[in-house]
Amino acid sequence: MYVAVKGGEAAINNAHELLADRRRGDRSLPSVTIGQIIEQLGLAVDRVMAEASLYDRALAALAVRQSRGDLIEAIFLLRAYRTTLPRFGASVPLDTATMKVERRISATYKDLPGGQLLGPTFDYTHRLLDPSLLTDEPVDEPKRKDASDERIMRVSDILAHEGLIEPDGEFPADHLAGDLTREPMEFPMSRDLRLQALARGDEGFLLALGYSTQRGYGRNHPFVGEIRIGEVEVEMEVAELGFAVSLGRIRVTECQMVNQFKGSSKAPPQFTRGYGLVFGQSERKAMSMSLVDRALRAEELGEDITAPAQDEEFVISHSDNVQATGFVEHLKLPHYVDFQAELALVRKMRADIEAARNSGKDLQEAAE
Amino acid sequence: MTDLATYNFAYLDEQTKRMIRRAILKAIAIPGYQVPFASREMPMPYGWGTGGVQVTASIIGPEDVLKVIDQGADDTTNAVSIRAFFQKVANVAVTTHTKDATIIQTRHRIPEQKLAEGQILVYQVPIPEPLRFLEPRETETRKMHALEEYGLMHVKLYEDIAHNGRISKTYAYPVKVAGRYVMDPSPTPKFDNPKMHLSEALQLFGAGREKRIYAVPPYTEVVSLDFEDYPFEIQKFEQPCALCGAEGVYLDEVVLDDKGGRMFVCSDTDHCEERREHGHAGAMLAPSKEAAE
Ligand SMILES: [Zn+2]
Repeated sequence: MYVAVKGGEAAINNAHELLADRRRGDRSLPSVTIGQIIEQLGLAVDRVMAEASLYDRALAALAVRQSRGDLIEAIFLLRAYRTTLPRFGASVPLDTATMKVERRISATYKDLPGGQLLGPTFDYTHRLLDPSLLTDEPVDEPKRKDASDERIMRVSDILAHEGLIEPDGEFPADHLAGDLTREPMEFPMSRDLRLQALARGDEGFLLALGYSTQRGYGRNHPFVGEIRIGEVEVEMEVAELGFAVSLGRIRVTECQMVNQFKGSSKAPPQFTRGYGLVFGQSERKAMSMSLVDRALRAEELGEDITAPAQDEEFVISHSDNVQATGFVEHLKLPHYVDFQAELALVRKMRADIEAARNSGKDLQEAAE
Repeated sequence: MTDLATYNFAYLDEQTKRMIRRAILKAIAIPGYQVPFASREMPMPYGWGTGGVQVTASIIGPEDVLKVIDQGADDTTNAVSIRAFFQKVANVAVTTHTKDATIIQTRHRIPEQKLAEGQILVYQVPIPEPLRFLEPRETETRKMHALEEYGLMHVKLYEDIAHNGRISKTYAYPVKVAGRYVMDPSPTPKFDNPKMHLSEALQLFGAGREKRIYAVPPYTEVVSLDFEDYPFEIQKFEQPCALCGAEGVYLDEVVLDDKGGRMFVCSDTDHCEERREHGHAGAMLAPSKEAAE
């Protein structure tokens, strides 16, 4: 009986076996393949790559399958793998102006060079369950534009011509891109590290924080200057060569939020920017990220810090879902040693109160 | 994708181990000071011992003998899981015997048996900052440590006495190390605090999620905070262990039935088993022992 309250190796092994059974489910149904997950659950794969900070569709799909579709668990799996990989160096900054754009929209201009491209969006679908997806109906080929090398200028570049928007900002020439997975985190953070933290931050957490700024908790008057989704080239400087070489292409979502700004003691009246960049296709995440990035620039821009979304230490310390889920879920580990200590204390305090009440009664009786 | 699982000895790569060892050396040089380190993402969840595991992985060698306990016991599920991890990635010898271990990784307890020179006790720490519940901001608490500004902690303990007639902290009871830094002993019951004082063993603390390492070198003063008129006291149990009859040890309360039946047994399972092997028996095990005497 006493032994029964303790776990053990056999219990853990049995649990793992049961988990594997549940993961596979009904054996009379075909098993889902990695290829199917990549092709048909691509946005789940994208989210896992984004929040795991590792661009690898096959491994992300493997993680989704292994985690039975629990995406935070999948992110955790992929991160635990990522941490074992060697670091060769940092890429040169992505040039998103050269993106092969699949979707590109601006809310600030009706039309603009390069046009508005809706791309594969849910935006104007009517959210009615589609019975044709209950079975495997054939799907038509989409209309395609001929590939071109057209460079689609960024909305921020349009505003920059007039000097109405703050520039990209510069780091000193000797600045090395930070890596928050390799250096201890310290506050206040530089913006590159902060953006890194936001890029791998939990989509739901950033969504809620971004939303809170729209509802008045740190309002920053945002306009979607531009959202673009497509493939960009990743290049890396190789010291021996003296020039950048291409490592390949990745799909990213970029959001440039343009924010009204009346000016302060630190900066003139101009449009400011919040920035979001996410692996894969994830507009919700990129938009939320750019709202929160802008909110976190409050101090830099001389604004009052009044809301949670503007509080760097609060936001960055709690945005990581792998950390958050671990610590919340650790509450299910045994705590009976501490609980025993609390139990003894509460019993003792109750006994004290009881004793005090009784002695009070005695005094009262004596007085009567 | 096929050669996924090729890991270094003790999982971490050598560069990471070097980085962690540097943090450990700094921690030993400044007892009780929380050294920030670039905590890695481990294959177990944050809050489940990732800090302790990284410390152990950085100091363990093929000759080491490892013991892992959680709540004082070697057979609690998370202790089993961490022990199995090191058997798999480092192939080291493991033991449940406190005296045979060179490294003991623990969560929530310090073994009852006095540790000896050469042994290392590695604590898993959830929240390394003893001032965290008084001041949530890291930027502030680091300043408070730098200025040795611990008034707030004493005020909190004093308020406790004013409200409850006693300091109501029963675990993670703050200590002052080598007369300088106030330190969180991790959520061990305050019963274990005196064992830290002038311990012959090296004590290392790892907090993975919070990215901090701190240490108490051997033979270092560790004093539990208190007041002259309210001196620090440890928990006392009214009865000995029901299995081995030990007194002056920390006990777990085991509920026997739904009618209020309970028994108290050693939290330190190795200690309890060893005593029983040496013929000690508590009330539950040896109803006949007294009769025989
Ligand atoms: Zn016992």
